[in-house]
Amino acid sequence: MAQRQAQIASSSGLHARPAQLFVQAAVETGLPVTIAVAGKEPVDARSILSVMGLGISQGTTVELAAEGEGAEAALDRLVEMLETNLDE
Amino acid sequence: MSDDAPMTNTAQLLTGTGVGRGTAVAGAVFISPSPIVPENEESGPPEVEIARVKQIMAEVANNLRSQAQASSKTLADVLHAAAAMAEDPALMDQITTSIEAGAGPATAVDEAVNHFAKMFQEAGGYLAERVTDLMSVRHRIIAKILGVPEPGIPDLTEPKIIIAEDLSPADTAALNLNHVAGIVTELGGPTSHTAIIAGQLGIPCIVGVKGILDIARPATVGVNAVAGNAIINPSAAQKEMLKKQGEKLAKLVQDATPAATQDGHRIDVLANIGTVSDAERAKDASIGGVGLFRTEILFLRRQSAPTKEEQAATYGQVFDQFPGQKVVTRTLDAGADKPLTFATLADEENPALGVRGFRTARVHPNLLADQLAALAQAANTKDVDSWVMAPMIATAGEARAFADQARAAGIQTVGVMIEIPAAALRAEQILGAVDFLSIGTNDLAQYTMAADRLSADLVDLTDKWQPAILELIAATAAAGKKLNKPVGVCGESAGDPLMALVLTGLGITSLSMAPPATIAVRYLLNQHTLAQCQEMAHAARTAADAQKARDAVLNLIDPEARETLGL
Repeated sequence: MAQRQAQIASSSGLHARPAQLFVQAAVETGLPVTIAVAGKEPVDARSILSVMGLGISQGTTVELAAEGEGAEAALDRLVEMLETNLDE
Repeated sequence: MSDDAPMTNTAQLLTGTGVGRGTAVAGAVFISPSPIVPENEESGPPEVEIARVKQIMAEVANNLRSQAQASSKTLADVLHAAAAMAEDPALMDQITTSIEAGAGPATAVDEAVNHFAKMFQEAGGYLAERVTDLMSVRHRIIAKILGVPEPGIPDLTEPKIIIAEDLSPADTAALNLNHVAGIVTELGGPTSHTAIIAGQLGIPCIVGVKGILDIARPATVGVNAVAGNAIINPSAAQKEMLKKQGEKLAKLVQDATPAATQDGHRIDVLANIGTVSDAERAKDASIGGVGLFRTEILFLRRQSAPTKEEQAATYGQVFDQFPGQKVVTRTLDAGADKPLTFATLADEENPALGVRGFRTARVHPNLLADQLAALAQAANTKDVDSWVMAPMIATAGEARAFADQARAAGIQTVGVMIEIPAAALRAEQILGAVDFLSIGTNDLAQYTMAADRLSADLVDLTDKWQPAILELIAATAAAGKKLNKPVGVCGESAGDPLMALVLTGLGITSLSMAPPATIAVRYLLNQHTLAQCQEMAHAARTAADAQKARDAVLNLIDPEARETLGL
């Protein structure tokens, strides 16, 4: 299983537009990607309701995980996205 | 539906919070209520129902996406997010599980949506506001399942007043705005989506109007957004009045001359803001700048304080909206009802009387030092008249300490807030140490009356017309006059047009309020002389109680102005 950590760069956190763009990118990987924050169960990164429900703010560290072909490269792309401020 | 209501219907007045501008009269169009899931809903074979719900969810998502393509960027973002909600896999999983367990399809959708809505509601803040989006997705899916009309806006061919429980972004996207004369909603507050959109588009709008969905239909509705009231089936005379009010108010909105009394006594009428988007909405030729920029919002919902650079960038974005104008920034006011994880002491027995506002610097000196540096840095690079003030100052010593630190950091104009009775009583000594004062009337009321400002049971005590509160404001204003330095008011009092006249009469030099309130305040100031304002201030101060104080002032208001504002 591939795993990565990322620090959220978007000013609004992982809500609104950044959440929607991230979820869309997670769907496009075609892999069952999960996202987790400390102290909570991992959730499906392709579910905007679950991702928003984590209440992730700017500066929070999240953990991504995925299994399957191309998982390493897919997570690298998602990490890059999370570490970009999508509100700008 | 006819624009002319039956003669037997008498006019009825309902009130709420006015957020748009101007007035309107037109026939009412009621937005279909949300679809109701039948009890003991029937269900076919689970695999058939699941496939049907999946297909409907995809259709709803596709419709939202095509609406997004035809929308402005802000709205498109909201609609794309709504589309993602409509085909959310976690939502689908829950729906599938319920249907397999024997639930009807609409029931299953309803339960799954409620699960997330409850979670968002409990999280509060931004997430709670997204519940409207989620519910609008729910209504669309369930309406299709039940084969009932989707709630939403009917095709409008002539100007109408839209009446709804609340409008979601998706609903507003479907509106033909050329034919929306006004909006009245049962729910929502001044920062709800409906209010913001109406404000941007200049549509007369009232939110939070209890009872509007229960009025007899058909109806003609008159909307006065400035007064915040809806007249159901107005008489011919009332219609004429609304039209005249609308014309006057429209002129007023256009008028960019600085706010002043009838005899030319200038008053700064300014906006209260908390975010960059507030700043964008508040930039308006008729508003002279910002009298209260609350910085807490930048710090809320975070694990650690924003860096100096990040703060300077945000402050700079706010300053950009007000070239050459005054922006009064309040340093971090954490604590009490605005706790921050990294700046609030845990387990304070009485947080309203604890380490909050300027007192936070006693335990976290770096927060204030960084903020002052960031404010100085942002002001240096922008064309703005930047003023900075500290909240919760109790003594002249504290005021001097803040002023020394702020000036050393490079802040030009330094002030403090008067929220504590002790500070109001020693206003002259405090003002001696700084350049200006700003009175926070909500906290001043709470501390003067020893009554929690959030307690619904004690609202009579925290009433802004309480003579004791007016006395402390008068004492503070007198210090300003004596030292010839500005004294403003930035609490709720400033936005009440009647109170604005009293404050002017007491010698207050600036009034800062939610931007929509500025129109009525500017108008009423313009209809009265400074001498009249002073007479009203005297009447209020010498009244026996809060109610009599307000009544006495109301009696002194110009009758035509009273009519225009519906006071």
